[in-house]
Amino acid sequence: MNRIDRRFAELKSAGRTGLIPFITAGDPSPDSVVPLMHALVDAGADLIELGVPFSDPMADGPVIQHASERALAKGVGLAQILAWVGEFRSKDANTPIVLMGYLNPIEIHGYAKFAAEAVAAGVDGVLLVDCPLEESETIRPLADAGLHRIFLAAPTTVDARLAALTAQASGFLYYVSFAGVTGANRLDLTPVHARVAAIKRLAPELPIAVGFGVRDAQSAVAIAEFADAVVIGSALVEHLVNSAPAAAVTDSARGFLAPIRQALDTRSTRHAA
Amino acid sequence: MLANTFNANASAAAIDYTQYPDAHGRFGDYGGLYVAETLMEPLAELREAYLRLRQDADFIAELDRDLKHYVGRPSPIYHAERLSQKVGGAQILFKREDLNHTGAHKINNTVGQALVAKRMGKRRIIAETGAGQHGVASATVATRLGLDCVVYMGAVDIERQKINVYRMKLLGAEVVPVTSGSQTLKDALNEAMRDWVTNVADTFYIIGTVAGPHPYPMMVRDFNAIVGREARAQMLDQYGRLPDAITACVGGGSNAIGIFHAFLNDREVKLIGAEAAGDGIETGRHAASLAAGRPGVLHGNRTYVICDDNGQITETHSISAGLDYPGVGPEHAWLKDTGRASYAGITDEEALAAFHELARSEGILAALESSHAVAQGIKLARDMDKDKLILVNLSGRGDKDVHTIAAREGIAL
Repeated sequence: MNRIDRRFAELKSAGRTGLIPFITAGDPSPDSVVPLMHALVDAGADLIELGVPFSDPMADGPVIQHASERALAKGVGLAQILAWVGEFRSKDANTPIVLMGYLNPIEIHGYAKFAAEAVAAGVDGVLLVDCPLEESETIRPLADAGLHRIFLAAPTTVDARLAALTAQASGFLYYVSFAGVTGANRLDLTPVHARVAAIKRLAPELPIAVGFGVRDAQSAVAIAEFADAVVIGSALVEHLVNSAPAAAVTDSARGFLAPIRQALDTRSTRHAA
Repeated sequence: MLANTFNANASAAAIDYTQYPDAHGRFGDYGGLYVAETLMEPLAELREAYLRLRQDADFIAELDRDLKHYVGRPSPIYHAERLSQKVGGAQILFKREDLNHTGAHKINNTVGQALVAKRMGKRRIIAETGAGQHGVASATVATRLGLDCVVYMGAVDIERQKINVYRMKLLGAEVVPVTSGSQTLKDALNEAMRDWVTNVADTFYIIGTVAGPHPYPMMVRDFNAIVGREARAQMLDQYGRLPDAITACVGGGSNAIGIFHAFLNDREVKLIGAEAAGDGIETGRHAASLAAGRPGVLHGNRTYVICDDNGQITETHSISAGLDYPGVGPEHAWLKDTGRASYAGITDEEALAAFHELARSEGILAALESSHAVAQGIKLARDMDKDKLILVNLSGRGDKDVHTIAAREGIAL
């Protein structure tokens, strides 16, 4: 069983909301990646999205663009990222890892070669921003190797596409809370709630994670009212880059994520009661 | 069954080039729709609107009127007799797209897309620009239709194309400097995409080249294909035959596909794209995606890209901002692979030499982009007989480049 499926099954039976932090691999420093991943798990991460930096991140706002530029300037590439995942996996056999990024680095690496290496390293899924359902044949070798292809749904996704997306989805569906780039501050929960409910009616068993615009415990708790998991990316990346000494990065990550975990758990306990 | 077998084994000689892209926006292995989910529906709406409008008699009539009375079409074909004599080979002819309103072929496309935008009820236009020609052409059509216009331009390009930046401002457009990445055309395109994804409800994105996600490579080609249609009729009318070869510069490739397209099924006409070889392909400082790149995915389509072994798009170099792009339109990628067109690199020095040669022998200041096509035409002419005809797409005029050329020669204006 894929670790992502197992994790969402565990969350469901425990009545908890999943917490999914995103970090850009190699930022704020290449040395900090693996300790940072462990720290995120310590602080309550249920799944980690590891961003593969790309030179032309069309769907990302300034925070993740700059994180990518910093990582690339330090020479971070796919092979090194897979090595980090392997290193993380040697001490953590359970936390699912999704690589998030754009097609070209994988295209150039070779799809089948990447798929085999990613599975061997302990990657569980891939979310490729510029590979929509219509082009997903391109990444079939990844699915064949056992990696979940995580699809996105957005406010502009029409119902017919939503049905196709939920039918093809694996792992979970990532709902983009607003039309825009990552890190923008445009979150309006009412339409998001309605849309997630509509997806739930189409596919009751498919876990839905909501991302884009989640900045803190308050917005995470609000989303937990209707989603199975919340994704926090830009706010975390921004927080980490401001924690200057490398040694402080793991503490900084814990300090950022733990209160959000606590707020989510308080909410689910209240619900259970 | 027989037909299927035949198609599966189709050689370049059997391809009907007018039938592409397919419904999925593919030219062979290239093209497609590699964009974020948020843009899938807006692109579907655009595709439907465009496919409907291109059959719509009113739309076609309005476009034809604008091209004739506003752009100034048809553009002439001019026989550069003095230049041809100096070169001493084939006769060099120019398709004078530099004589269009705003000074380049770019207006053919922006006039068309602006009419699509208007019919779709959009009130805000965004565009990316490299040399500034597409930005000017977008600002021009936007203000004429009373639409707001925002142009994204790399900070490096803003510095080297100051005149066009000011022209855009005079036309009422807002020019937004892009300071991410290499601060050139590719980054301007990223930023325009980010704007579009954010303001998708009321905004129309006029892409300036035959790249981007489907339907852009098809739509931008269609609007520029008038260049080749005119040229083909003019050749038959003025010379009683088709040219032996056609050259055009290729950055994204819109003027090249524009002039090539009507000739794709005329197998006897050689088609040669001139890419920017910058300091020389061997130096690594160039923008020759087809000559020196590899298949990859960038800006919404599969095509040839210039990238490193990690798949990161690398910085390109060309003296001409309009060719300084690490991708290329997917139709060109396909024409390269099928062998229907070939693509060669022209260095900065070769383009500059052609610029001066053309200025002195014919009294025409060509854009630095177009000077690459001129250089390719001159090279080709040398090895061909005097009775052969080479048609060069003179895609834009060089006024905007006067400062760059002066600076290169150590002259302060």
